[in-house]
Amino acid sequence: MATQAGGASVKKISEAVIRIAGNSQDGIQAIGGFLARLAGRSEQEVITFMTIPSTISGGPSIFQVRIGSGEIMSAGDQADVLLAFYQHSYDEHMASLKQGGIVLYDADQVQPKPEWLQIYRHIGVPITSRTVEAIGGTAKDKGKNIYALGLVARMFDLDVAKLEDLIRERFSSKDPSVVNNALTAFHAGYNQTAQSLDETFQFIPSTRGVGRQVVMSGNEALSYGFIAAGVRFGAAYPITPASDIMELLRRELPKYGGTYIQCEDEIASICTALGASYAGRVAITTSSGPGISLKMEALGWGVMAEVPLVIVDVQRGGPSTGLPTQVEQSDLNTAVFGSHGDAPRVVLAPLSVEDCFYTAIEAVNLARQYSVPVFILSDQAIATRIEAFPMPDLEKVCQELPLDLTPVQEYKPYDLNAPDGISRHIAPGTPVLNGKYPVAAGLEHDEMGHPTGSPKYHRLMTAKRRHKLQVLAQHLPKPSVHGPEEGDVLLVSWGASWGPTREAINQANAAGNKFAALPMRYLWPFPDGLDKIFSRFKHIFVVEMNDSGIYGYGQLTGLLRARFCDARIRSINKTEGTTFKVKEILELTNAALVSA
Amino acid sequence: MSTTPTQINITSQDSTSSIAVQPARKPLTKKDLVADHPTWCPGCGDFTVLAIFFRMLEKKQLPHEKLTIVSGIGCSSRFPYFVQAHGAHFIHGRTLPFATGISLTRPDLHVFVFSGDGDALSIGGNHFIHTARKNVRMCVVVMDNQVYGLTKKQTSPTSPIGYKSKTDIWGAVDQPFNPIKIAIAAGATFVARTAATNPNHLLQMMEAASEHDGFSFIQCLSECVEFFDGAFDAANPRKGGVFNTIPESHDVTDEIAAYKLADAAWPGYFGIFYKVNRPSKNAVEAKINAEQQKKFSGKKPHEILQASFDRMR
Repeated sequence: MATQAGGASVKKISEAVIRIAGNSQDGIQAIGGFLARLAGRSEQEVITFMTIPSTISGGPSIFQVRIGSGEIMSAGDQADVLLAFYQHSYDEHMASLKQGGIVLYDADQVQPKPEWLQIYRHIGVPITSRTVEAIGGTAKDKGKNIYALGLVARMFDLDVAKLEDLIRERFSSKDPSVVNNALTAFHAGYNQTAQSLDETFQFIPSTRGVGRQVVMSGNEALSYGFIAAGVRFGAAYPITPASDIMELLRRELPKYGGTYIQCEDEIASICTALGASYAGRVAITTSSGPGISLKMEALGWGVMAEVPLVIVDVQRGGPSTGLPTQVEQSDLNTAVFGSHGDAPRVVLAPLSVEDCFYTAIEAVNLARQYSVPVFILSDQAIATRIEAFPMPDLEKVCQELPLDLTPVQEYKPYDLNAPDGISRHIAPGTPVLNGKYPVAAGLEHDEMGHPTGSPKYHRLMTAKRRHKLQVLAQHLPKPSVHGPEEGDVLLVSWGASWGPTREAINQANAAGNKFAALPMRYLWPFPDGLDKIFSRFKHIFVVEMNDSGIYGYGQLTGLLRARFCDARIRSINKTEGTTFKVKEILELTNAALVSA
Repeated sequence: MSTTPTQINITSQDSTSSIAVQPARKPLTKKDLVADHPTWCPGCGDFTVLAIFFRMLEKKQLPHEKLTIVSGIGCSSRFPYFVQAHGAHFIHGRTLPFATGISLTRPDLHVFVFSGDGDALSIGGNHFIHTARKNVRMCVVVMDNQVYGLTKKQTSPTSPIGYKSKTDIWGAVDQPFNPIKIAIAAGATFVARTAATNPNHLLQMMEAASEHDGFSFIQCLSECVEFFDGAFDAANPRKGGVFNTIPESHDVTDEIAAYKLADAAWPGYFGIFYKVNRPSKNAVEAKINAEQQKKFSGKKPHEILQASFDRMR
């Protein structure tokens, strides 16, 4: 332990979890955002977690930041530091703090509990009154968060110059006095801490060489992914937690000559997107559970008419209105099977914020290549958390999708002899030189799209629509496991459950186990080769945030059991509206192993 | 439909390709436009609508490949199969948002929607008012027969009170919609009424609607001889009725006057009730894009995106 000039000792750390608890109107998201961006600029990994109050005008809310010099895969089970602005923040969030952890609290607002003084290290700073002293009387509620950021900056020996830059950038559009007040509050907090701390922390510099990073949420990554993919049209209806995709694309797409429109309802938005796709501009629609239910009939038209489309479902707790601001992975069945009739489609699920960016591009390309609707199943946890990830090579990644109106001599929209059943959709405006124009049809049809009730055509067309996805499955990247190639336990996971699952096997293996983890990005159809992986493990558990169901297994588990007839595939479920903790996964796995 | 500024950037190759291949375009004739033989019942008013649509296309000589015929579900909505042109047979009630997607992304296309009273005003009622409100550029013909024909005689939202259907065996009890009043109130910028029994009038209305830059709506009374025989005799001089055209003195830009005219007793008036020039959604969005793109002229998409990402650090 080194000693600072001020007398406090310095402890080197590789990661820290900081939970900021207050009211949403206090700007606690802003503190978290500054910390996340600082980590991004310092080549560190970062994952955040926040709660959104379901009330309209704010209320208790938290923002948790996990920063590390190594690999960070979840927002962290327990906090190292709790920053508590109010008594309710202190009372309710102390349980999330590690034993021996530090609670940094506003002494003007919080009365510490004697029984907790023994368990946790308490540092009281009169944040409210000191902020008033620093920047003047009326500004107390505005500057408190930045004052507290100063406290945290000193405690973790954060890069002051970089934080000052971030503060200036954040308030650059406002009056210069706002920037000055913010910097004054920040330094007041920074200097205050020197007197209050007997120990400070220092992150071990990252040696991973991730280079330049970009910092954003999952919804932002999806939105920008669509822009990179060349999507220039979309339509949606406001719904939590997907609305900010629409807000961002409404704002950004015009720069690229595109448009994102708000429709009168969820049905109109998928239909408008289908219209644009039919017209040759592959389009997207973005929603969450209740909206997805409403879109299902139109989705079936996309399947039947073989028109490309990407549908984003940012999953929240269901059914019905359910848990609008909390996470669940319970829309998988509806994504795979929703809509009447045999309606095969593609379902992808990003594993992280970074993966959202690349999944958006992949979804667009699959939709175009196979002329089929593609679901992206994101979830509230990935959508709202912030991560830093390596700056994509945008020149390489960005693609343009020019409208192709090259005349064709003749054209069959539903050519039964098309290789692999994949017929190409041509847009209106394309001259068909033999004068026979196609109809994109929701009725069962012949090769030109004209209605037929013939048994032969329904059989052949149903097979065509299915066959192209069987071909797609063969071309999907082969799945690969993290951890040992064979062993006792394989934890299969998807979406926001993947991060803690991967961390769980690392912990288990550090303790001498032989666990592996398998991420699933392609949820329908499955990539080839899963059965070979399953055969190398004694136990297979699917970690997913949905109900264990009437017969004892969750939704992905059910699909895998149906596919592989392998009763060893079992479920680890959670339905609490929050993501899995690493500890919960390990405990549930161990319990299942005992009962096996 | 006249040309407004493009909303989505159509590259030069996009807009010229079709013309480049066919420098000497041969005239578009009914023969080129006829597709499947209609499956409508003999005597159905919809035959006239189809025949007049062909005649309008022959007169206007719109480029064949740029015609886009879309519909929902119902007898009327079989239309795309009977026209030799790019077409889409969409789902029940949702044609207007579908056509919105086409119209907003493809300013070069001529989008025609054929719908019925059930498709446009019952299951599609919400889309009808909002597409009118947004003034999306398209031409919408609602073939109103005041009954569900394809599903065989159920009450429609325009069935008159007392009409005996299979779902109202004692006579329809619910107040019917007046489609003209709804269209005006919702903000449609071209609202006209005609009848399949008056082909010349129908042709005039179709021509005028197709020239309108915005959401143009035609209510065309089109008799279902099978399930509502004689429904429109009162508007047919050959059946002893009167076909009252809108007085020439009517100011088509006067919304209140149009609304009052639409309220006339059955069989009401025929002609253009309302026609104003309000910027279409297509034009409004194109303007937003032009303004936003000024700052990024000459920049490639990856450069614009890089500028955003550079701020997200």
